[in-house]
Amino acid sequence: MNCIVIDDEKMARVIIKTLCSEIDSLELVEEFSDAIQAIKYLNENQVDLIFLDIHMPNFSGLDFIKTLKNPPKIIFTTSDPKFAIEAFEYDFIVDYLLKPIEFPRFEKAVKKAQKEQIIKKEASKNKVEEVKNDFYVNIDRRLIKIDLPSIYLIQAKGDYINIKTENKNYIVHSTLKKIEEKLPDSLFLKVHRSYIINVKKIIDIEDNSVLIKKDVIPVSRSKRPELMKRLDLL
Amino acid sequence: MEKPNLEYINQLARGEKDVKNTLIAVVKEEYPIELENYFKSLENGNFKDIEDQVHRIKHKFSILGLEISYNKAVDFELSLREGELNKVQKDDFETTLKSITKFLKTI
Repeated sequence: MNCIVIDDEKMARVIIKTLCSEIDSLELVEEFSDAIQAIKYLNENQVDLIFLDIHMPNFSGLDFIKTLKNPPKIIFTTSDPKFAIEAFEYDFIVDYLLKPIEFPRFEKAVKKAQKEQIIKKEASKNKVEEVKNDFYVNIDRRLIKIDLPSIYLIQAKGDYINIKTENKNYIVHSTLKKIEEKLPDSLFLKVHRSYIINVKKIIDIEDNSVLIKKDVIPVSRSKRPELMKRLDLL
Repeated sequence: MEKPNLEYINQLARGEKDVKNTLIAVVKEEYPIELENYFKSLENGNFKDIEDQVHRIKHKFSILGLEISYNKAVDFELSLREGELNKVQKDDFETTLKSITKFLKTI
């Protein structure tokens, strides 16, 4: 989990840095003495967690969070308990740490943020799987439903693609690129400019080819590392 | 009267001398600037500015283990927010500032 700290006091930033160094799974990637600089950074970089001071001159922590379009998890670090209720109105606020921050309390807040991140990732993964379980193709002016997990191979053939499923093959007027956008990454991989395979259906892999059902499919050299990464190797 | 101490800094450093030295160096670097800003704000008489300086400095109180002084500084800050410069609170606050200045010379 990577994080940044935003606090106008150097001492407060050094303390957060010290506390972060005690947790292996947490990496402090940047520190900011004012929120404006942090906004610029967040426009170009993605972080998982922000330690944010509330009381800062010119632009407070509460002003800052209102500018975030896609906020990461935030832990407030402040010496002022009066903002606690307002802070928890936002669901991305994980915790509220009162200065001076001690390690056990800090660790508890970080664990909470990590837990929430895992839950969020799982939820979005399940959502994707749920939404993309099937799709429709247009064949001879008929819309035919195809279950995604039943597809084991999609092959490009000129202006058409051949979708091979457990029970039937479908020739559809489309491109590999178009269909690739509709397929879940967790299941499918383009292994060659003319082939997308269902990685769960691979029977074996030999040098630069994979066997799926009875089809031997070539694997581009550039796609091989990604393919190997996706396999559950013993 | 409570005295400044390095208990919290030692706790953070967990025996790492470099970490302890870094933390002390930052306190020594920031504190004189904050002190100067506080007195400047008093001269200017802008309560919001004084309040901001008290807010900043009180963090040093807590880092140096001055719990009672910290709580008094919170009250001083609140009075300033309400537009009052309470003499007793101000004197207490400045006594603590002197105590910290003295302490920082010893470490």
